[in-house]
Amino acid sequence: MVDYVRAQERRTGWFLTIPALLVLALVFAYPILRAFWQSFFTINLGNQLTPAFNGLGNYIRMAQDGRFWNTLWNTTIFTVATVSLELVLGMGIALVLNQSFKGRGIVRTIAILPWALPTALIALAWTWIFNDQYGVVNDLLLRLGLISTGINWLGDPTLAMISVIIADVWKTTPFISILLLAGLQSIPGDLYEAQAIDGASPWQSFRQVTLPLLLPQIVIALLFRLAQAFGIFDLISVMTGGGPGGGTETVSLYIYSTVMRYLDFGYGAALVVVTFLLLVLVVAIATFFLNRSRKRASGAV
Amino acid sequence: MDKKLELVDLRKQFNAKVVPVKNVSLSVGSGEFLTLLGPSGCGKSTILRLIAGLEQPTSGQVLINGKDVSRLSPGDRNIAMVFQSYALYPHMTVRENIASGLKLRKTPSGEIQTRIQDVTDFLGLHDLMDRKPGQLSGGQRQRVAVARTLVRRPDVFLLDEPLSNLDALLREHVRAELKQLFGTQNTPVVYVTHDQTEAMTLSTRVAVLNNGYLQQLDAPERIYMEPANRFVAGFIGSPQMNFLQVPCESRRAIVGNHPIPLPRGANMPTEITLGIRPEHVHLAQSDHEPALDGQVFLIENLGMHNLVSVRIQGQGEPITVRAIVGIEHRLAIDSTVRLAFPPESIHWFDVSTGDRIQTASDSTSVVSPSVTPTSVTS
Amino acid sequence: MTTTVPESQPRSAHQHGVRRIVLPVAVVLTVLFCLAPILWQLLTSFKTDAAIAEIPNVYFPRPDQLTLDQYQKLFERRPFFNYIFNSFLVSLASTVLALGIGAPAAYALARLKLQGERIMLAAVLIVTLFPPILLFLGLLDIVRYFNLGNNYLSLIIPYTAINLPLTILVMRSFFQQLPKDLEDAARVDGYSTPRMLLDIVLPMTIPALATTGILTFISAWNEFIFALTFITREDLKTVPVAGAQLGGASPFEIPFGPIAAATVLGTIPLVLLVLFFQRRIVQGLTSGAVKG
Repeated sequence: MVDYVRAQERRTGWFLTIPALLVLALVFAYPILRAFWQSFFTINLGNQLTPAFNGLGNYIRMAQDGRFWNTLWNTTIFTVATVSLELVLGMGIALVLNQSFKGRGIVRTIAILPWALPTALIALAWTWIFNDQYGVVNDLLLRLGLISTGINWLGDPTLAMISVIIADVWKTTPFISILLLAGLQSIPGDLYEAQAIDGASPWQSFRQVTLPLLLPQIVIALLFRLAQAFGIFDLISVMTGGGPGGGTETVSLYIYSTVMRYLDFGYGAALVVVTFLLLVLVVAIATFFLNRSRKRASGAV
Repeated sequence: MDKKLELVDLRKQFNAKVVPVKNVSLSVGSGEFLTLLGPSGCGKSTILRLIAGLEQPTSGQVLINGKDVSRLSPGDRNIAMVFQSYALYPHMTVRENIASGLKLRKTPSGEIQTRIQDVTDFLGLHDLMDRKPGQLSGGQRQRVAVARTLVRRPDVFLLDEPLSNLDALLREHVRAELKQLFGTQNTPVVYVTHDQTEAMTLSTRVAVLNNGYLQQLDAPERIYMEPANRFVAGFIGSPQMNFLQVPCESRRAIVGNHPIPLPRGANMPTEITLGIRPEHVHLAQSDHEPALDGQVFLIENLGMHNLVSVRIQGQGEPITVRAIVGIEHRLAIDSTVRLAFPPESIHWFDVSTGDRIQTASDSTSVVSPSVTPTSVTS
Repeated sequence: MTTTVPESQPRSAHQHGVRRIVLPVAVVLTVLFCLAPILWQLLTSFKTDAAIAEIPNVYFPRPDQLTLDQYQKLFERRPFFNYIFNSFLVSLASTVLALGIGAPAAYALARLKLQGERIMLAAVLIVTLFPPILLFLGLLDIVRYFNLGNNYLSLIIPYTAINLPLTILVMRSFFQQLPKDLEDAARVDGYSTPRMLLDIVLPMTIPALATTGILTFISAWNEFIFALTFITREDLKTVPVAGAQLGGASPFEIPFGPIAAATVLGTIPLVLLVLFFQRRIVQGLTSGAVKG
């Protein structure tokens, strides 16, 4: 007998899902597939933007493109630095927010504020904070006597990188704190009580209870942040525009100017493809660790 | 007996391994209160959902008033159901909850008014009508859920563990209330529970299910007195029936030093399963009574009685027999007792199939639509 | 056991002492860390030009160093309310669309066992990790093809799409928690599937829709790269892009005051959202990320 209940369920199911699938296909699948296709063509001002097949030409050019390798290096530094700093800081804040104290609700609200604000505007605020003449960072350092003249934070490649890293850490640490806090709250309190009865110190219970049980959340936060940091655009674009001298130019910024400034669509597409593949690789590695940590966590409890 | 609801060879198969309902046939007449009883996973809830039309049977039919409704959607079957969680719509008032099914059936509003009036009078819900379910206590919610089904005047009432979300005290109270309430209805009720007390107290008939098969369908007292097989015997009754697997010799079962004559129904087995409920085991009054010697190793106080666990040394492994003994006996741990098994209280089961072996005291017409996986093809 | 009790007594007392000092310090540091940059920008926006340029910096301005001039200058330069209106319109429209398209899909993925369900879920999860830079090139094609440049739709459609994965994940985890009995009861009552979804499921879904909608709104309000690329007409720009482009007449004259004012105005709607819906935001973020 035909199961009409299931058949009807299926029909309804597809009817409800198809609009979402179409939108996702249009905005996610099409651009990526299109980039793969375009990456085999030369489409730039040199040929009046009429596509000319170029085989792997764009990829060969990329291999020899010093600017590309520089941006990849910058992206890696930015990603590794921000994500690891955010993880440590986010964990600290999550631990604080997990304590009970008066006004905890307000502090929690304050603690997610940076995450919610528009990155582009926040970048403006940090540009002002790092301003060489009137910036508050220099002012504080001068008052403390740590420096004698103002530092041109955004005018030096290394310092500019440090500045954007600090701004990004400020902006996205709350995201990690929220995830880790949720994880902390799901750890049953009697585990800590058992540890206390066993005579464990706070540090020991952190190592033996908190960290292992929090591992899944940590890896998830890591996964999201890795992907976001790898594609960073707005913050750096507004704060330094990739300068000075390409010192803070990331892959995203390079893709954007390749397409929008030099109108080199074919090469831009190739850059998109490579960035996409690198991202997939990073995510795959992180997912592998995620699965492993999940297994371990569930084995531990 | 008129058959208001009939299940014909009903089977539900989700995949090759998961077959929650295996060719179940039964019928319910008007005024009957049928309970589907069994452990979790026995298929009782699936049967109820098949009757409701929330699931589609893989094969077999559901007949209501003689009409095949197997292909009708739940809304077209004229059945009403009380859910375990009550499933009251949280955003509607009690009145809207009760009226929703009638409104969808385009019942004239005057008719809706009178029916709601009748039911609220009957259940005493007047003060609650404009509240939302979130503002009601568990017992009140349960009542509203029942009102929602009564107002529909369906062909069959279906109740899915409606008491399991209530605390113990309230449960007893509501149980009595349900019995009175549905006693006044002439509409058949199908009630699902895993609680044998509910099944025994509420039902006119009980269907015991296990592993998707119907084990026994009988009046509650018959289920207790003459369980159709070992599963039913062990599932019904608390504390659980004692089972002893004993050797047989020349139509006698050897229990300790006292052979007990086998029932008529038994052909010449070498082994047989003897079952006796703890409440039927008693301390031997005289040496002439067939009895077993054993040593008390656990005493559990049940108030009026003690549940005494006795270890009996047989030929092989020691066996444990539990007996309910009046507290006046003042037994102590490690004391030696003689346990007597009154022959009229003994149940006999086939060792391999688990089926009941008829005894002289059994009522002659045992209608057990039984039973084991192998004999189910009927 | 008994021997460890006297030992642990003084230690736990000691721990409490440490806690009493460390915790308040940590709380204050957390608050400072999160608020200081915002407060500095707020302060700057209310200072006179002279106070802004005073060295060393003015942390506690005198009354005569405070002014609303920066806001006035901002509005003289740019139609800032226009930007806010644009941001509001685009964010609201894409939020409504994302919920309207995403919630039904989430329901289907939570309740109706579809073939390929796992693949769809995996795809949705992976897509949440795509940075927009990977999409803008292909979207540029689409925008050109349909001639959508300088049209709100060029933002509404991508914003809807980039918010769909989160919407689907959060709503799906909500639907999974919803007792199925209610839907069964509705079907026994005689509701058809569409009416059941509208009359029974939807009203119960409103809190979850609100939670998801807040997240969607925030992310649409903050989006930068599509807004930068697809909108060039001044009166159609959104707040982040317009704010970022608040340059001076020359590259050397940067209008810090008006920029600070723009930051404050552009963030106020989001600050309000966070103040009122802190709990929902946290709940939505965690259910979207963790349970997915």
